[in-house]
This record gives sequence, structure tokens and C-alpha cells, in this order.
Amino acid sequence: MSREVDLQIMWNRVISILEEQAMTLVRTAFSTSVREAGDLSAGVFDRDGRMVAQAVTGTPGHVNTMAAAVGHFINDIGPERICAGDVYITNDPWKGTGHLHDITVATPVFQNDVHIGFFASTAHVVDVGGRGYGPDAREVYEEGIRIPIMKWVDRGRLNDDLVTIIKMNVRESDQVVGDIHGLAASNETGRRRLVEMLTEFDMDDIDELAEFVFERTGRATMAALESVPKGVYRNTMTVDGYNSPVTLAVELTVTDEGMHADFTGTSAISPFGVNVPITYAQAYFTYGMLVALAPELPNNFASLAPFTVSAPTGVILNAQHPDPVSVRHVMGHFVTDLCLGAIAEAIPQTVPAEGAGALWNFQASARSANPGDELPPIELLMFNSGGTGARPELDGLTATAFPSGVRTMSAEATEQVGPIIIWRKEIRENSGGAGRQRGGMGQVIEISPTDGYLFEFSAMFDRIDNAARGRAGGEDGASGKVYLDDGTPFSGMGKQTVPADRRLILELPGGGGFGDPAERDPEQIENDKTQGYVS
Amino acid sequence: MPIRIGADVGGTFTDLVLEQNDGSFVSTKVLTTHAGPEQGILAGVQMLAEEAGVSLSQVEQFIHGTTLATNALIERRGARTALVTTDGFRDVIETRTESRFEQYDLNIVLPTPLIERKDRYVISERLNARGEVLVPFDEVGAQAVVDRIVAAEYEAVAVGFIHSYVNPVHERRFREMLLAAQPDLSVSISSEVSPQMREFERFNTVAANAYVQPLMASYLFRLEEELKRLGATCPLYLIHSGGGLISVETAAAFPVRLVESGPAGGAIFAADLAAKHGKERVLSYDMGGTTAKIAIIEKYTPETAKTFEVARTTRFKKGSGMPISIPVIEMIEIGAGGGSIASVDSLGQIRIGPHSAGSEPGPAAYDRGGLDPTVTDANLQLGRLDPSTFGAKDITLSPESAATAIVAGVGDALEMDAETAAIGIAEVVDENMTNAARVHAVENGKDLAGFTMIAFGGGAPLHATRLMDKLGLDELLVPPGAGVGSAIGFLRAPFAYEAVRSFYTNTDAFDHEGANRMLTELEAEASQFVREGTDAKLTVERQVSMRYKGQGWEIPVRLGGGTFDAFAADSLSTVFTKAYEEFFGRAITDLTIEAVSWSVRVASVQTKPDALATVEAASPATPLTTRPIYDPIVGGRVDAAIVERDGLPVGASIQGPAIIIESQTSTVLGSHHHAVVQHDGTLRITIEGASA
Repeated sequence: MSREVDLQIMWNRVISILEEQAMTLVRTAFSTSVREAGDLSAGVFDRDGRMVAQAVTGTPGHVNTMAAAVGHFINDIGPERICAGDVYITNDPWKGTGHLHDITVATPVFQNDVHIGFFASTAHVVDVGGRGYGPDAREVYEEGIRIPIMKWVDRGRLNDDLVTIIKMNVRESDQVVGDIHGLAASNETGRRRLVEMLTEFDMDDIDELAEFVFERTGRATMAALESVPKGVYRNTMTVDGYNSPVTLAVELTVTDEGMHADFTGTSAISPFGVNVPITYAQAYFTYGMLVALAPELPNNFASLAPFTVSAPTGVILNAQHPDPVSVRHVMGHFVTDLCLGAIAEAIPQTVPAEGAGALWNFQASARSANPGDELPPIELLMFNSGGTGARPELDGLTATAFPSGVRTMSAEATEQVGPIIIWRKEIRENSGGAGRQRGGMGQVIEISPTDGYLFEFSAMFDRIDNAARGRAGGEDGASGKVYLDDGTPFSGMGKQTVPADRRLILELPGGGGFGDPAERDPEQIENDKTQGYVS
Repeated sequence: MPIRIGADVGGTFTDLVLEQNDGSFVSTKVLTTHAGPEQGILAGVQMLAEEAGVSLSQVEQFIHGTTLATNALIERRGARTALVTTDGFRDVIETRTESRFEQYDLNIVLPTPLIERKDRYVISERLNARGEVLVPFDEVGAQAVVDRIVAAEYEAVAVGFIHSYVNPVHERRFREMLLAAQPDLSVSISSEVSPQMREFERFNTVAANAYVQPLMASYLFRLEEELKRLGATCPLYLIHSGGGLISVETAAAFPVRLVESGPAGGAIFAADLAAKHGKERVLSYDMGGTTAKIAIIEKYTPETAKTFEVARTTRFKKGSGMPISIPVIEMIEIGAGGGSIASVDSLGQIRIGPHSAGSEPGPAAYDRGGLDPTVTDANLQLGRLDPSTFGAKDITLSPESAATAIVAGVGDALEMDAETAAIGIAEVVDENMTNAARVHAVENGKDLAGFTMIAFGGGAPLHATRLMDKLGLDELLVPPGAGVGSAIGFLRAPFAYEAVRSFYTNTDAFDHEGANRMLTELEAEASQFVREGTDAKLTVERQVSMRYKGQGWEIPVRLGGGTFDAFAADSLSTVFTKAYEEFFGRAITDLTIEAVSWSVRVASVQTKPDALATVEAASPATPLTTRPIYDPIVGGRVDAAIVERDGLPVGASIQGPAIIIESQTSTVLGSHHHAVVQHDGTLRITIEGASA
């Protein structure tokens, strides 16, 4: 049979193996963000740590971070200490995927006693100790246990000391250790399937396959980049930030070799855990460029290599140890719209208007409203999305996550597990930015504690002071609002309490419009009225 | 044995099968008459009766399955329907899961809701998760909504209130008010159609039921009437998506249960064959013109799931369709059929489907205007199909047209000749189906080692031996009559109904009384539907979906008989832990376990056929001729024996390379495959000689 066909089949096969791995992880994971947001990834790497393929999951944030991680493993373990039967682990934000909650596990693959590559997988775990998940730490030390790159399993023997250390340092230790075992088991499944495939095709290693993948992908990536005129493109975007506005700035340079994003001009590091290790900013930059220019391309070493980043130390998109980074996703998610905005000048018929961007997650601790009642504390988490920006030819998406791939949870299921009543979760009328194409609408949510509880929560709601901007003459989307049903205004940021007898009302931001509103199709205008989207 | 008829109305063909007193069949295929599907059935029924020499009054049972409901949902040809929900939840079916099913598509279009926002009404009322009233039902406001609905002349109304699966009282009250105002209105309430937690799925399911209800009810009663007029006075039963029979009245009230009834018939067909041959672990593989469907059947019973998606808008992608939460035979469907079109993407990778050339214009080899290369064209190029004896009537295949299309559509981009490009197309489509089978196995916690494959449908026997090699299976069965498998499957289905309900409890505070009460109610509900069709002895299977607290995915756990007592939590934990280990390979200790939804399936007891003894090779079959075909294991052309299947005696053996031809399909054997004709005419294929 033709070698070309063999190699194509093998490429399909490794992607399928990784999808299986990701699916099993989603089903067994204890963390809400893994199962509802697909906050995990799985990849296969060659012996030099170059990523050959990655499962498509809901988390663009793992795109580059994961690809870079295995290089750190090789470096820190030392090539001479890599043995069959080993499993490595880390949650280092700067060597893994940007915060301590993501644990990355790598497993070397051997064929005929020769080291030929790695499987690696990452998942967000329920807890890593410290203050718990939230932006309030002032240093990464307060955010939890930091596991350096080390051996979780050494030549088949589990590192019991490490297991004990982790167990003593995290809440819900059974779930956390269970998830780590799950990651290791999924790598092992992948390893076995890869070895079977190599045997089936009578191959000693994956070098030929890797070269085939890199050559094909590299060529297609460069072809896609040719549609962007060479030059320098700039954009800035101001968002609410944690307690003072944050300006994100980018200068994109497009050359024959690729695209480089420099974040000079971005606001300084925050004293709170919203800072972003630069690999994570790179992930959302790369995701934005790939989704706009080459949506068909798979993520691997060759498709990611042309996208590089830089930033001065001390800006919020280039956090350094020991800056706190726990909720790095809020600023990280804006990086996609920031970079798309820059490139819009070059490819105006592709790039949408700005959207709500960061998720409006409701993460609360339900506590007894009367100190006398001994009700157990219960943690609640809901994912909620505003509207996306209008596209050049299509309206924006209503109440839909972008760039994140998060799903919302059923209100009924949420009410089954916690003392919460979700009174309303409905389209927010008139919130999509007007334009030839209308921005996606946000939503209105009303929630209250019940059964003798109150809520304490750390708000992390952005785009209250800074709306999503329209593009090409389109108007801005509506900005967000947060208040109680008695009219008490709430801050979008920081710790607050919802009393037992009150409802919290969230009005989520809409996406910006695209093009002159006067050019909107009269039928669409009429339909917006008939359906009650616009009044 | 009573005389019975099975009729499967599909998108292109209506398949009919008549089973005679002696257990033998006559079958026919007629074109589906889309304007009135009963017309095709009636014409076919008369043809069958004539051929079999029986009068329709002798027929004792008529069993019917149809894609009519599915097509109405896909093509949006249903009734003018209103959806009435709890205030605050008007947009649940529009905002969906708030996610994009395709991560890398800026121009993604999400499915439009079945019922537009202007047709969605809200009422002030609210229950909590325990079913207690938080906001009383607003009679005055509800009457105003009733008045608006009557004035706007809707044909159907779907009612879905929050937490109605725990307490249906408000939904029932509202239905009363609607029917009082307009007695002939079609009303569906979610607590009856699908009493399962999760409002997006439940509201969609009740909306879909209401939307197709007027159409389906009128069709079913018309068919019943027409059959009577022809003298067929026997009862008419419908096959539902879960693979059981229900009465016309039940089907007309819950037509959403008829969605996917055809594929369910296929799975029952495979399960019946598995029982006949005593194969306890089976992978059923059905390939037609547009898609391939793969299901796992253990102990002769297909697995059922509680929710699935219809009308996927984008490449069969998860999340691009409409969720329907009713019991359904679990299977995976991918865009891989004989008509699937091959292309080359920007990476130089060969891609197959999901677009299909269908029957019009059809593959390039049909010479009917199709210019794109398809899987059928590749099979022809590789010698696996005979140009003159292709299954479809009146069609002669053109190898030249196939080769031209293959080179233009795939070969040129990759600098390959027709042969190499055809190999690429065949290998990629086989790999796609293999990967789908593996993923489906993983999704269900199964390892396929030791499974027997059963292949049917026009395309499957051409590809089955290659799949068998790729999956590492050692046994394949290709039954006779595979072309009308679903309709035969209908005749093997039991009377069965699965009642499902969400009921939350956990092992820390197990509500054993609540669980007992609910299981009793579910059993009574399911039995009532089954009793509409049969007086036979019934079996009861009970199942609960459980997970560790903190997880989002439940696994099914079978329950024994008997009731729960105060110590039930311990025994349930043990059963769950064992099931979890089987599913994922390892269990976690000391965690609370949650029970989320419960189901009771009541079915008529069927006598399992005694397993047929395996027939060993007795005498080699005589080939008609030989033809060079491509063998992927050898990596080149080999001379294949061409053997006609009709008339092969029991025990006849065929050593590959060979092609066993019959009127509707061909079975391809590679050099290392060996086939022996079994007692029932099934080909049993094993690996012999040179192996993969």
C-alpha cells in the first residue's frame, strides 16, 4: 500500500486515540470545569517534546501551554533519567498551563526498549489547597501546593511520599488523587494503543509520522498566513479589571516566517490573582489567529510554531513567579478579541466585533444565614455567557461562550445539588449592539439563596464599565449590570454577600454590532421586533 | 407461527416483509411515497400477500416503523406549535447549552429552536427541586395565555414547567384549561412525554412531540383505516426508538418515541441473529448509502440510552442537533456510506463525507451526472464491485467514470493514480468506521476483544472484513436478507416500554421509601402500555443511573428485584463500585454516590431460539469466475474467486480472496478470510491462513 495512505491513516488514528483519552477524562473528572467546560487536554509528542497531535477540547487555553509543557519535563527530569514505566507530574503555572489548578501528567513511550515519545494530559482539579479557587491571593504561595516537575511513578513504582504530601495539602483529597490517577491511566491507554499501531504498521518509532504531520501542517499554516498582508498591526482594549481598569495592548508583526504578538503597553501586574503567565496569553493569541485564518488545521508543533509572543516583565499578560495567577482566564480570554481586533485591519471580512469575552461565572459559598443553624457549607458554580460579537455576514451568538468552549449547566440540576433558586435565565432584550449584523444578546439571570442559606461570593464580572465595541460602524453591545432586587447596586469585582431574602440580578453584556445599522436587512429588523429581541 | 407483516418506511425505500406460517419470508422494496406514506405500504402489502398466496385477513399482526416523525423534525414540517413555560425560562430552547459545538469556526450557525420566540409563552408558577410550590399557579395569567393561544389558532401546544418531573400538578392543570377552551387542541406535557431532569432536553422533547403529533396521529389512524379497508383487520403496532412495540394509540400520543425506529429495527435484527448463533458479545454494523451505524449488543440485548440527538445540522457533530430525552437503542452514526463523497482538504488529507451523492445523482459510476468520487466508485475501481451485477436495479456501473472522478477529486491533488487514490479512499472510510466503533466501545466502557461482528445493510458486507481486521476481531456473520434487516427486526421485537424518571437521592441519606414508591409507579406505567398489546408473561428490568458526587456523568447500574430497605445504601454502593470498575478500570473509595434517574423496562417474554450449532466447512463452493481485486493485507491485486451466494448449500466453504455476490450486496473476503455457510444461510467468516 502507498506510504502516503499509511501515514494518513496513522495520523487519523492518533487523533482518534487522543479523543478517546479526552472523553474518558471528561466522564470521570470531579471538577465542574472539566466536565462542563472541557477544561482538559491530551496530546502525543515525539521524543524531543514536539507535539504531534492534540485532542480538540473546550479549552483554547491549553493549546500552546500543553505543547510547551513536555519540553520542560524533558529538561527537568533529564533525558538520561527517562525510563520505561515512568510517569511525570507538575502543576507549575509557568511550566504547565498557567495556574496551580491544572495538573499535567506525562508518560514516556518506549518501543523495543527505545524511548520514542510521550503522552501528556492535563485536567483542572477540584482543589489545590491554599485559599481555594479565587483571585484573592497576593502571591502564588497562597494559591495552593506547587508540585515541581517530578516522578509520580518511577519505573513502575508509585511515589507514595508525593501522594501523601498532596493528600495532606488539598481539600477533597480523594477526588484530587483520583483525578491524577485518571490522567496517568489515560496516558497509559494512549501509550498502549500507540504501540499497537506501530506494531501493526511495522514501525520502530513515530519520527516518520511526526515529520509527515509537521511537513503537511507547516505548509498549510504558511499558506493560510499568506492571506494576511505583511506588516504591523496594533490594537488596544480597555476592560474593567479587578479593582482598576486594565488596558491590554498588542502589536502584531506579520512576516514571511509567521506572526509575532508583543504586549508592550499593557497595564501593570495586578495585586490580585488575575495575572497571566505569558504561555497562556500566547494560547489565546494563537487560538484567535487559527480560528480566523486556518480553522481546518490541527494543533501541533508545526501549526503553533509560527505564532510567537513577547511582553515586558511586570505587565499583566506576563506574570512572573511569585505573582498570583489563579484566575488567569479572565484577562486571558480577552486576548483573543484584542488580537483579532488588531488583525481586523488586514482581514476585515473575517473578524467579528468584540464580544462579552470573559465568562460570568457565579462561584459562591452558601453559608447558614443564621449562625445558630448548623447547616453544612455548600459550594456552587454556574457558568454563564454573554453575547458574542456580530460577524461580517452573520449576527452574533446570543448567550454563547467565546473564546472559551464552556457549556452552561441545567438550572434544574444546579437546584438539585445546592440551596439556590434560579428564578430567571432569559435572553436580555436590546443588549446586542446594533449594526448591519446585530451583536449577540446577553442574558438576564436572577438567583437567590434558599433553605436558610445566604451566599458569599467573589464577583469576577467584567465589561460593566467597558462595553464590547462594535466594528465597521456597528454599535457597542450593552454593558453588564449587577444589583440586588431591592435596587442595591453590586460591584462587579470582589467579595460580597447576598442575604437570605434577596435576589441577585445579573444582566450579562451583549456583543458589539458589525457594519452600519442603517444597512440592516429590513426583514431582519422586522424579525427582531416580532421575536422581541429588539423593542 | 402466525402470519405477520413488518413495514419499514425509510427516506428512499419502504421495505416490507411477510413472515409465513412456516417461518419463511417474502419481502419487497417499494419507493417511499412521501405525500402519503401509507400508499406505498398498501401497494407493497398487496404485492406481498399475492406473492405469498395469503389473504390479508389471515395476517395476525402488522408491525410498522417509520422515519416520518424524524423527517418532519429535520425538514421542519410540523404543526403550528406554541410552547408554554415557567416565567423566567422562555428562552431555554434557544440559548441551549450556551456553547459552540465547533470550536474552530467563527461563522458557526447554531440550530434554530423548533419553536420561535414569538410562539413561546410564560406563566407565573414555580416548584422547587423537591416539587414543593414556591409560586402558586397563576390561574388568571394562565387563562390569558389560553385565550391568546386559542385566538392565534395554534394546532398544538407543548407545556414544560420547571421541576415538573417531580410534580406534574401545574402542567396538568394548564392542560385542563387548554382543553376546556378548545377540546380538539393537541396538547403535550413534559411530565408525561419525558419526566427527566434537565430543562433544555425536556422542553425540546415535549416541543418535538407536540410539533409532530397532529401529523403523526392523522397518518397512523389513516393507515389503520386503510389497512382495514383492504381486509387486514389485525392489530397495528408501532416499533419505538427503544426497540419495543406499542399500540397505535400510544404512538399517536407520544410520536416522539417513533424517532429512530428504523435503526432500532436493525439492532433487533442483529440481536436476534446473535441469539440464533449463540454470540453473547456482538458489534452490529449497518452501512447504507449515506451513513454507517454501529451498536454494541451483549447477551442478545441492545443497550439503551436515555437521550440522543436528532436533526444534526453539521457533519453529524455532537451538539449540532436537537436533544430528545426518551429511551433509545444506543448506537453511533457517522457519515460513511456508499454514496459518501471523498475530497482532499488543505492538509492534503483524504476526507470522506458527510456529504453523500445519494441516489440522485449518485456515485460517478452511475453516469447520472455525479462527478464527485464516492466510496462506491473506489470499491468499483478496486474490483470489489462488478459493473454489471450491482445491487440497484437498472444500473450498470461505469469503471471509466469512476476512475475519472477518483483522479479528478482525489488523485490529482495527491499525485496519485486512480488505483492508489481509490485505496486511499477505501482505507480512510474503513479507518473512520473503525475509529467510530472504538470510540463507541470506550464510551460504553467496553473492550471489543472477542466480539463477533454482524454486518448488514447494502454497504456493510463490502467493508466488514477490513473492519474486522482493523478491530482485531476473529468472527464475522453476514446474514441473509440483510437488505431488509430492519423490517425483519420489527417482527422480532417484544412488546416493551421503558418508563424513565429523574429522582435524586444519595448514599448519605438514601430515600429508600421514595425510591420504592417511584419504581412501583414506573413499573405500573410501563406495564400499562405493554398490556395494550399482549397478555403474555412479562419481564421487568430496573436500572438506576449513578455517579460519584462531584461528577457530571452517570453510568447505568442494573438493579435486582425486591424493594429497598433502610440498609439499601450499602448494597447499592457495592453494585455501583463494581459497575464503575468495569466501566473505567478503577473505582474510588469513600465517596458519596448519587442516584439521578431511574428506569423500568417491562417487556413480553420471548422464547430465545436454541442456538444453532456452528457448521464447519464441508465442501468448497465452485466459483463462477475470478477477478483481480485489491487486498490491503497483501498490498496489491490478487485473483479473487467470484461466488454466487444464492443456492450455496449449508457447509459450503469459500477461501479468500473471494467475492460472494447476491442481489443486494457483495461480501468481500481478503486472502486470509474464510467463509462457511451456516444452517440459516448466514455466512460465518473467520481468519484462516495468512493473518493481519
